[in-house]
Order: sequence, then structure tokens, then C-alpha cells
Amino acid sequence: MKPTRLTPPLSEPDIRKLRTGDLVSITGKIVTARDKAYTRAISDAKLPVKLQGGIVYHCGPLAKRTPSGWKVVSAGPTTSARMDQIQAKFVKLTGVRALIGKGGVGEKVAGQLARLGCVYLAFPGGTGALAAKSVAKIEGVFWRDLGIPEALWVLRVRDFGPLVVAIDTRGDNIYLDQKRWN
Amino acid sequence: MLTEDGLYRVVLEMLHRAEITLPGDVTRALKRALNRGRNPIAKLQLELMLKNLKVAKKMDVPICQDTGTFTFFVQIGRKLQLNFDLRDVLTRAVTEATLKVPLRTNVVDPITRKPMKSNTGEGQPNIHIELVEGNEFQIDLLVRGSGAENCGRLFMLGPTAGSDGVKQAVLTTLREAGGKPCPPTIVGVGIGGTMETACVGAKRALLRSLKKPNSDPALAKLERKIELAANRLDIGPMGLGGRTTVLGVRIEKATSHTASLPVAVAFQCWAARRASAKLVNGEPRLVEP
Repeated sequence: MKPTRLTPPLSEPDIRKLRTGDLVSITGKIVTARDKAYTRAISDAKLPVKLQGGIVYHCGPLAKRTPSGWKVVSAGPTTSARMDQIQAKFVKLTGVRALIGKGGVGEKVAGQLARLGCVYLAFPGGTGALAAKSVAKIEGVFWRDLGIPEALWVLRVRDFGPLVVAIDTRGDNIYLDQKRWN
Repeated sequence: MLTEDGLYRVVLEMLHRAEITLPGDVTRALKRALNRGRNPIAKLQLELMLKNLKVAKKMDVPICQDTGTFTFFVQIGRKLQLNFDLRDVLTRAVTEATLKVPLRTNVVDPITRKPMKSNTGEGQPNIHIELVEGNEFQIDLLVRGSGAENCGRLFMLGPTAGSDGVKQAVLTTLREAGGKPCPPTIVGVGIGGTMETACVGAKRALLRSLKKPNSDPALAKLERKIELAANRLDIGPMGLGGRTTVLGVRIEKATSHTASLPVAVAFQCWAARRASAKLVNGEPRLVEP
């Protein structure tokens, strides 16, 4: 199956068309955020970058400083569920339309994302070298004081994927299929 | 002879190699998993993992951006005399590797969350020393990403829970963890001893190659039984479903108090990064981990 190309900013109808099991790839701007950036974003709404219709990548990149600027060395996804307590609040506040991460989010959060019109896209954890290859450019880095992994990295990616639509806006959730064994 | 400089260089090489390539047994197990089941998403996840390994090796960059924290198991022959500070050598090697490989700076103060320099600080790297006979010296390294680390569990079971209790404890841990520890994982299980020996045993068990069955036939059988049950959970690669949830189960056992049965479960993500070195003809050399 050939992945559908997504180019942010994304509209609500674009996102509502996606179904679990679909494959997508992203070309354009994505922004990394994890524990500390999430916490700061919901406590102090002044985001240094516009996220309306945007894509947030749960990732703490390994980056190195070179004479010509920062370079992403390895940048796979991190565990999304760590941010579950404030996941919906963050998405509502920022207007993000897609989250990229690994491991999925809790059942309740998945329902909240569906109502907010935000999909969850999965890329395999541990594939940092491969993901870094899709980063064409670092457009900026904000909140550096949080530490390198926790900062907001604005990345321009090219054909980042294939990503699996793991939770869609109808509330279908691939991760919960395993429940039939419990 | 085991010199300070010789050991430093070997440990630096261990850290570099462990971050950039996987041991052969792990790569082979991932390849075997490709042909198990018909779930196309499971297959895609495994294909991307294997592709990532090629990219990391070719570009000489870490497999995963979570370059982890470091646990060293060191066996020192009682006839050996070390005229240097072992902890200092391992700490300096981690500091240097952080700059040179490079590695992400993951280590922080546990309360203030203030980042530490170069992945070192109180208790980091984590070092377990065991005294052995003769002139032997061996050092084994586990790279621990937090996705896998965070899903570990300790159970203080009732003393009569038996091997079925152990199996249920592992399956409960796997279900709770779902896709979070980056499956297919290797599962280390420490049975018996006390709280801390069970935990250390679960970690040390992760050093054993997937090629080597447990030397205790009863434990080998239990490993196989838990592995089969785990792979029927349909958690699959990255929790997206499929028939490979674990690549293997590794058990270590210690005797325990008559009223106790501690069981520790430790995960190692599919990027099961490890390295080993030992004295070969008196010189420290990297060996197949």
C-alpha cells in the first residue's frame, strides 16, 4: 500500500478521512514536544511556534552542534502515553491535528483525541537513524533551557514514513485490539 | 596485562559498537519474525526496524535516539590486582562516548530534573561487580532506554505461587506494557533471592544470547512456555498487533526465604543493545556479546 502524503497545515476534513491501518507520510513542518514542553505549553500559553493544524512529534532528538548549526543525528519517537494526563489539554490548546509517537495513548485519551479531530500516527520506536534521514532541515529550536531532548525542535521533513494511522477520529484504536486476549 | 588505558579504550569501543549495531542473535531473531503471521502492519514495523539497522551502521549513528543509560556487569578474578579505579575508567569512557559517538544527554537529577553533564552522576554508570576465580576478567554492558526500563516490575509473590505464578506475573507485565517497551522485547526474569537480587538477576539475564538456552533444563522449559504464551497475546511489534511480542525470555534464579517468592521482570527493547569484552591472552578484547 502506498502511503498518502500529508502536508501540514492540515484541515479537520483531511484528518477525519483517515482510518486506522491507513499508511501516511509527511512532507513539511513538524514540531517535537514531550514531557517538559507539554507542561510548559499548558501552563504558559505563549507558544514560540504556531501549531494550529500542525503536527506534533513525540520525540527527544539526539542532535549535535556543527559549525553550520544543529544537526539531527537520531530522532525516533518516544512513548506517547507519558503525556496522557495533559494530552487532550495540549491538543485543544494548540489546535494540533496529528500526533506522531510510539506505543499509543490510553483509552480515555484516544476518545478525547477523536472528539478534538486529532489522529495518532505510529512510527516504530528505536528507528532513530531512519527517522533522522527524513529530516531535511532544522528550522528552529525553542525552549532550549529544558534540555536538548525536551526542547521544541521545528523540523522540516521529507517523506517521513510510512506512518500507521493507529487511532482515528472515529475513535478506532489499533492498540486496543489486543484486549480480546485479556 | 589489564592496564587503565587498555580498559578505557575497550570500554569506549564497547559503548560505540553497542549504540550503532545490534548483536547477531538479535538481528537474526528480528528477521525470523518477519515470516511469522500475516499481519501487514506487524511486518512493516519489523521491516522498518531492520532498515533502520542498516542506516545506523552505514551512517555510523546510534540506532535509537534514546541512547539510554549504562549498566555494566564486571567479573573480576580474585588473583587479579587492579592498580586503577575501575569506576573512574568506566565513568570517563561514558563521558568521552557521550561527546564522540555522540550520545544524547539523558541523565538528570531525579528530583530537580536538572541535566547532568555527559550522562554521569551518582549511580551512573550503574556498575555491578562480581568476584570470580583465577585471573578472569569480563565486562558486559547493557544499554537501557527508558521505554523498556519504565515498564519493569517487581512482584513479591506468595511462596507457593510456583512456576505458574511466575508465568502469570510476566504475562501481566507484558499486558500492562503493551507497545510501550518497544516490542518485540527480550524479557529478563529474576526469580527468587530478595527484592534486589531478583531485580539484578532480571537485568543480568538479558545478557544471555538468544542462541543460548538456559543451562537449567527446568528453567529452559519455563522460558519456552512463557515465550509461547507471550506471543499469543497479539501485542505484536510496537503494540500494533501480531505474533511476535517477545524475541525471547531469559530467566535467572536464586534461592529465597521460605516465606518469599520475589519475581522481577525487566524488558529490553527490540534494539537490544549490548557489548562484552574480556581478557584474551592477557589483553582486554571485544568479544561476541
